[in-house]
Amino acid sequence: MAKVEVTPGMFSKSEVAPSWKTPIVLAFFAVLVLVSFGFLGKPGNVDYSLSNKGDIFAVPDFVISSVGINIGLGIAMLVIAGISAALTLQKRKTPLWLTLIAGLAGAFGLLGWLASGKQVPVSFILGSAVVLAVPIILGALGGLMSERVGVVNIAIEGQLLTGAFMASVVGTITHNLYFGALAAMIASAILSMALASLAIKYLVDQIIIGVLINVLVVGITNFLYSQWLSVAGEQVNFPGTFDVISIPYLSALPVIGPAFFSARITVYLTFVLVPLVWFILFRTKLGLRARAVGEHPTAADTVGINVGRTRFWWVTSGGAIAGLGGAALTIGNVGAFGREMSGGLGFIALAVVILGRWQPFYVAASALLFGFAIILRVWANGVAPGIPTDFITMVPYLVTLIAVAGFAGKVRAPAASGQPYIKG
Amino acid sequence: MSESNKVLKEIMAGSPMRIAISVLLGFAIGSIFMAAFSDSVVASYATFFSTPGDTFRAAGQTIVDGYTALFNGSIVNLQADNPVSMFRPITETLRLAAPLIMAGLGVSLGFRVGLFNVGGTGQMVMGLLGATWVSTRMSMPYGIHMVVALLVAVIFAAGTGALVGFLKAKTGAHEVIVTIMLNYVAINLFTFFLRQPNLLLEHGGGGNPKSDPPALTAQFPHLLGDSFQLNLGIILAIGAAFVYWWLMERSTIGYRFRMVGHNASAAKAAGISVPKTYVWAMAVSAAFIGLAAANQGLGENSGLTASIHANIGFDAITVALLGGSRAGGVVVAGLLFGAFKAGSPAMQIMGVSPEVLGIIQALIVLFVAAPPLIRAIFKLPKAEVK
Repeated sequence: MAKVEVTPGMFSKSEVAPSWKTPIVLAFFAVLVLVSFGFLGKPGNVDYSLSNKGDIFAVPDFVISSVGINIGLGIAMLVIAGISAALTLQKRKTPLWLTLIAGLAGAFGLLGWLASGKQVPVSFILGSAVVLAVPIILGALGGLMSERVGVVNIAIEGQLLTGAFMASVVGTITHNLYFGALAAMIASAILSMALASLAIKYLVDQIIIGVLINVLVVGITNFLYSQWLSVAGEQVNFPGTFDVISIPYLSALPVIGPAFFSARITVYLTFVLVPLVWFILFRTKLGLRARAVGEHPTAADTVGINVGRTRFWWVTSGGAIAGLGGAALTIGNVGAFGREMSGGLGFIALAVVILGRWQPFYVAASALLFGFAIILRVWANGVAPGIPTDFITMVPYLVTLIAVAGFAGKVRAPAASGQPYIKG
Repeated sequence: MSESNKVLKEIMAGSPMRIAISVLLGFAIGSIFMAAFSDSVVASYATFFSTPGDTFRAAGQTIVDGYTALFNGSIVNLQADNPVSMFRPITETLRLAAPLIMAGLGVSLGFRVGLFNVGGTGQMVMGLLGATWVSTRMSMPYGIHMVVALLVAVIFAAGTGALVGFLKAKTGAHEVIVTIMLNYVAINLFTFFLRQPNLLLEHGGGGNPKSDPPALTAQFPHLLGDSFQLNLGIILAIGAAFVYWWLMERSTIGYRFRMVGHNASAAKAAGISVPKTYVWAMAVSAAFIGLAAANQGLGENSGLTASIHANIGFDAITVALLGGSRAGGVVVAGLLFGAFKAGSPAMQIMGVSPEVLGIIQALIVLFVAAPPLIRAIFKLPKAEVK
């Protein structure tokens, strides 16, 4: 009889009492905004441009002094830190949305500090962040579905790369991008089946197999790229992108209209998939069973749930979603496949699963943080040269490190995540 | 012992028969990729049904050409007209194998303690940061300069590793996630240093993040004169393998490491501090990877960019898995993959994309790491696990 140990989370210890780490981190960032961007900030006004020309509801630009807005935001963030401290005193947890608001305020302040004397194209930045976040969100959703049933999926990177490759090649050959997206999902699902069966049936270490699948996919796509795609690019790697669809009325809204409602179908699919996964996971019998398998496979088995089969199909469908994320890289954004174009997004997705606490909505929000960091680096290089953008890029990784090390409060993985289940 | 532990043990044990099958299978599947996409074979597809023989002949020719080029590029160049270019390939293999062996030993040490060190890249980059500082911004006498730079690389890398071990021991954070995040932090930090004129940017350098070449006093000496690139690195790698063997198989520290790897609860009951062992194991694992950093940073005579880590941190995982986490196995695996790297340019010249070697490398390790898979394919009996 194999004994299944239930350990307190694979990635991080669970914390029973709320810790003081959240208010401390919040206060630190509040003071950072207040002092370095506010009191010691750059003189000059900043012009937050909130709507595009031709919008139905044209909103005038929001012009304010860079120092003033940062002092205001810094004080607001201090207040949030205070609320968090008060909650901790009462032994209550700081809700995540409060932390998110503080993060948004900090980001808004950073934009104002970077662009003092210049314009901040708010909806452009937001829209680009969404487009860049889509592959991360979908990859992370796939990883989340896999981890919720107890299989650690390090192979997200490989799934994204497979999806990106297949979408581009099949989309070009069939002249139909929908076939491309479908091929991406199927190929990535097959890859997940390999991961799932090796992990579930053959009990190979899940992390090792994930790393090796990544290496294999990088090898295969690199080879096909240099031997085939780069030679016959016109015929096999020239798919173009999905058309931008503007949703009537909604796309005319200020700020969020152009950012969220004038986008490609991959973005809209993401808007649908995030709540859908949440609904299935937390509001249906199917999801309850899946979570039971991830938390306590022995108990799930005892009540008659087939642990192996549940794990297999959840990992596989997660792979299909991650494959769509890969398709979003090529036919949803760039328009052609490039060597190793996923460039670590799969590992970011892995981090985002943890940062988002295995909850679809929080995962999507965390992915947006990374998308924001990527576009911010590009934009900051143009608007404020000389700013060490390497540090902006570093921030999301550091935030993840802090979160994993338990500073952000209760972070707990599904209990059986990473452990093979052997029927006793 | 649980079933999953047995499987891990089986990977470590690695029967020679299974490894041989894995290597052959890897090359066989690689040949299919090589043949199916080569220009001459693709051209013959149009007439496949009228003259299928042409296609198979072209495919066979491609495979023979490809592996001949690999041999000529990595072992001995039989077409060379002078001894220097004849024997250069084998020295290149040794040169390129050195960092793979050193980093592979580091990852292996982690495996033996039950830790998965995916952070080779980050640890290497931190080591490179330290070594580059010493080798480009300080002046010291010949010999001492190199030793100091080497030690600094090892210490910087070991410190990064120790941080991972500390976070795991203190907060329970999983080392895989921590090391992956640190990889990105380290690369960005190194790039930042390379951008700053008063830190590591080359003198008179422009906008590109690139350092000066390491000082002549700090460079690894060439072993066989200046007509060969082979340098001190390979000697260090072999030395490191001996140290690893002694440390893991003969020393008390190694015994503790292995005990924690076998069964952490039993080790704890026997009075071994598991958290402390994690910190030390990660530090020593990263120290070996620091050697690889020194090899990359001091084995060059041109300026360094952030890409000098050359993904050795990730390749080292495949080296460690193929080598079964044993000193001798890691040396052989490092030599094999070093030969792949050395043979790449020759294959490129023959019109075969050397990226196929990446596929072969991944497949070999995949088959080695999944013993039940190979057993299932070939219906082998189950290996005895002690």
